[in-house]
Parts: sequence; structure tokens; C-alpha cells
Amino acid sequence: MTQGAAPQAIKPAKRIRVDMQIVADLVAPGTRVLDVGCGDGTLLSYLAAFKQVDGRGLEISMARVRAAVSQGLPVIQGNLETDLKDYPDGAFDYAILGQTLQATVNPRAVLENLLRIARRAIVSFPNFGHWRVRWALLIGGRMPMTQTLSEQWYETPNIHLCTILDFVDLCTTMNVRIEQSFALSAQGVKQDFTATGWLANLFSEQAVFVLMRND
Amino acid sequence: MARLPCPISLMAMTATAPPEARTISNDPALEPKIVLPEPLVLQSGEVLSGVTVAYQTYGTLNANKSNVIVLCHALTMDQFVCGTHPMTGKPGWGDDIVGPGKVIDTNRYFVICANVLGGCMGSTSPKEINPATGRAWGLRFPVITIRDMVAAQVRLLDHLGIEKILCVIGGSMGAMQALEWAHRYPQRVFAAAPIAGSYRHSAQNIAFHEVGRQAIMADPEWSHGNYLEENRVPKRGLAVARMAAHITYLSETALHRKFGRRLQERTTLTYGFDADFQVESYLRHQGYTFVDRFDANSYLYITRAMDYFDLASENGGVLANAFRGTPVRFCLISFTSDWLFPTPESRAIVHALNAVAANVSFVEIESDKGHDAFLLDEPDFHQTLKGFIDGCADACGLARPAKGTQP
Repeated sequence: MTQGAAPQAIKPAKRIRVDMQIVADLVAPGTRVLDVGCGDGTLLSYLAAFKQVDGRGLEISMARVRAAVSQGLPVIQGNLETDLKDYPDGAFDYAILGQTLQATVNPRAVLENLLRIARRAIVSFPNFGHWRVRWALLIGGRMPMTQTLSEQWYETPNIHLCTILDFVDLCTTMNVRIEQSFALSAQGVKQDFTATGWLANLFSEQAVFVLMRND
Repeated sequence: MARLPCPISLMAMTATAPPEARTISNDPALEPKIVLPEPLVLQSGEVLSGVTVAYQTYGTLNANKSNVIVLCHALTMDQFVCGTHPMTGKPGWGDDIVGPGKVIDTNRYFVICANVLGGCMGSTSPKEINPATGRAWGLRFPVITIRDMVAAQVRLLDHLGIEKILCVIGGSMGAMQALEWAHRYPQRVFAAAPIAGSYRHSAQNIAFHEVGRQAIMADPEWSHGNYLEENRVPKRGLAVARMAAHITYLSETALHRKFGRRLQERTTLTYGFDADFQVESYLRHQGYTFVDRFDANSYLYITRAMDYFDLASENGGVLANAFRGTPVRFCLISFTSDWLFPTPESRAIVHALNAVAANVSFVEIESDKGHDAFLLDEPDFHQTLKGFIDGCADACGLARPAKGTQP
């Protein structure tokens, strides 16, 4: 709010996290977006302001939902494992699931729901095939803790971790087309590897995939 | 809630002052009012002519009439949202949230609240005179529904020349009205905020209402609903109805924190049936003060309207059908300790709205104050509601009030 002049609506941040920016750049302007696990609505707010997106959010943490709704964002409190089934087929252009797939009880069912609800699913996840992870287990003999996997084994919400190659296999099994994919460093910076290949599987700490149904 | 408990015997109520003229149609304190030019065809099929709608407004209507917020009041509330209530002398039910710079900022919004059809603060109700007979309506008043209440509000807006409202907001029975508004008049509503409500009255809630109605009807002073003409007042019945209902508005935690097992102005049990406990005294006080401001027949009719509300059954048993293709933005809010309209009721509405890909926000607020939390100081609730309303206004291009605008 500027002093003296009439105050304006809360301005969304022009800068968002690098990996979030990559996801945001994948979204076409003026589309309908469901952000699953939207947190306090940072991405939604950015998409609404700079891409004129008609966005919705689903978030499990009540405090974050409150923060999002308090900014005027349409976010509901709910659990993606149980609540995605309510949404009708093809209601959105994009369903976004950022760094959450590995924490779901049934990742395959979640992916199926995302691709039922939206034409495209944008999914990001930490890569369990990264060499640091392999090293920690092989040489250290301990459960890996890295920048993208920062919690102790007894505290982590991640129950279904996968490698990039595992994820690509699941997409094949599900007959899902990988439209685009990006290999990212821990900081979310794009890397030059083919994101579905063995190099990315060894050297990328996370990945973003844009998925479509093949039918 | 903030009132001090005081020892009052329900039996003593019969000894209060003789009944005064209770048909207050011409009381200037209840202005403004309008009389609908056309009769209202009720959901029951009955036709009600000469319907009066009493209402209050707060704030200023802007030039293009785009800053209108309709507040729908709960069962025993009325149109006096803020300021001093002309009947009770106490602050209105929404005094904390409606006003300049408050959650519903009257520097920005024009707030309208109408006394519901069947209510007893000036709108057509069982206590008013039936123009056709010149006698008080009493039980000859037709049964009204939530749909009828909203229809009367729509006519009021027509009268005021307001086509579209920015947001309709209501708690409890007001939430039912907000849902009805969004369901039946989606083109006239940009956003709806049903708070601590439901799309239908549950069996348990119908049961509680029935207890209240039976208490009123068991009072000999009720006289089959003819008490007005016979100059009697069914105070005890109405007070008991209020006492029972009041328990449902609170929570076990809230009651225990407030009263525990503390004794009322005594140090030992009396081994009798006086109000030994503070909680008894408090409830008696609640019942006693209620009868001074509320009409027993109104209570029967309005509770019935809530019982009959069921948006799902009206739409083939599928709630989502009520909102198919809706352009309305929704914000549902519930409270963790509300056992009258518990969170699953709001969540069912959210699921139905998701099923039609509606624009919906939903928050459950942590509170141990029970159903009444929607009327109390709950900062998380207020912040959420304000964010939703202001977000809707921003989306509609409504200017924000300049900083430092004076009340």
C-alpha cells in the first residue's frame, strides 16, 4: 500500500521459487488450473496476476488454506487422496502437483485422477536415483538426506519415492504421454540432460513432467 | 454470551408486567419498511399479499450499485446488524464485523439486512395483523420456507433498484439463505459465503427444533397460537425452547470453561430445584431475556422453515445439481467445535461444488466456542472472510477505500 494514494489490492510476488517459475512458465495464459497441494497459494496468486488464469487450489494444511483464502484465492481444505474424485472430467486445462506425489498413499491413482480432471498434468518430484542418494545408501549405509529429501526417515512424509526412470516406466504402464520434461538441480535450475534419460536419473535432483492422456 | 448469569426463576415470569400491545407494525424504530406491490407466491402454493419487509442498510450505495452485500440473519437475529438495537439496547449481532474499516467495511460496501419473512421485527409474520381479516395472523399464517424468505429479499432489492449483489453472507439459518440465493438467483449473485450452515437440516437439528416447538405449545398461555388476541404471552414455553436451543449453540468445552460446576451465589447445594449451578442460572437468564424480544409463533414458523430446507432433495437427491454451471464464487466456513452444523455439512457442499467445478474456498476454523463462534471474536474467521470479500470486490473492479477514510 502506498501512503497517501488509495491502497491497491495485495500484489502477488513477481519473483517466485525457481522450480515454481518453471511450472508457471508451462501454463498457457487464460486457462483453468487446479493446483493440488497449493500451500499458501503463491503459485496460484502468480498465475492469476500474470497469466490471467482461473485457478483453484486444494491444500491439506488448514493454516495454509487460511492464508490463501485470506488473500482472496479460491482454495479449499482437503486431502488429494480422497477429494480429487469429486472433480468432474476435463474441468481444468492443467492440474499441478508440485513435490507431493511421493507423499501420497496411491500415486498411480492420484496421477489417474489428475489426468481425468485436466487435459494436462504438471508433476514435479524429487529424484531418488540421484547419485548422492545412491551414495548415501551404498557407501554410508544410511537413509539418504539431501537438499530435496531433507527429513529423517522417521519424520519424512515421503512414502513412495521413485527415480526418474521409475516415473517414466509408470507413465508407459499407464499409457500416459510425456509431453515435456525438465531435469532440475536441487535449486530448481534447469539442466541440459534429457530429462527422461539415465544422465538425468543420476545427476538431477528433481524433475518436472508435463503429462497427457494418450487417448 | 458475555452477560453475567443472574438468578431468575422461570416460574417468576408469570408474575411480570401485564402484556402490552405487541403488534408493533407502526413502531418507527422498525423503519424502513417496504410493502411488496405484488403478492408473494409461497413454496407451499399459498399466496401472501401485502407482504412487508423491514430492513436496515449500512454504508453508501455507489453510483453503479456494484458494492452491495446482503447479510442474511440467523434464526433469532434480525435486521439490526450494528449499532444499538432499538429493542434490546444492546449492540447488534454483527457489530464486531460490520462497520467502517471492519471485516465488512462500510466505507467500501453497502450492506443490506432484511428481517426474514416470518420474523418478528417488522416483516410480515404471525404476530402482525392479517389485512384481510384485521386480526393477528397467529397460526393462520401460512408456513414459510427459506426459499420464501429469499424471495422476499429479492423483491426488496428490486424495490431498491439493485440488480446484482457482490456477496451474500449468512451464518446458520443465514447460510441456508445464502445457498438459496446462489442456487435460485445465480445471475444476481457474484459471491456467496455460507458460514456454519448446511444444505439441509439434519435429523438431529429437526429433533432439537421439535423440542422447542413442543415446549412452546405445551405452555397453556400459548393458547393454540391465539395468545395475541387473548392478551397472553407464552413466556415459559418460549424460554424453555430458547434454553434448549442455546445449549446447541455452545460446546461442552465452552460451557465447562464458562461455568464448570460452580454454584450460583451460594456455597452449598440447597437440596432443591432452585438454580444451584451457574449454568442453570445462565440458561434461565438466556430464556428470560429472549421472550422480551421474540414472538413464540415466529419461533415456530422460522424453525419450521429451517427444517424444511433441503437443497439436495429439491434437486433430485443430488446436491451438485443445485449448482450445475454456477458462476457464483463460494466461500464456506465451519468451526471445529460446532456440533449443530458440524464441518462435514460444509464439506458436503464443497464436494458438490467441486463436482461442478465451481469456484469455491473452504476453511474450517479452530474454535472451541461451538456454533456461536460465527458471532464471536474469532480472528482467523474474520481474516478469512475479509480476504474472501475483498478478493471478490477486487475481482469486480470495486475501488478500495482511500487510506484513512473516516467512519
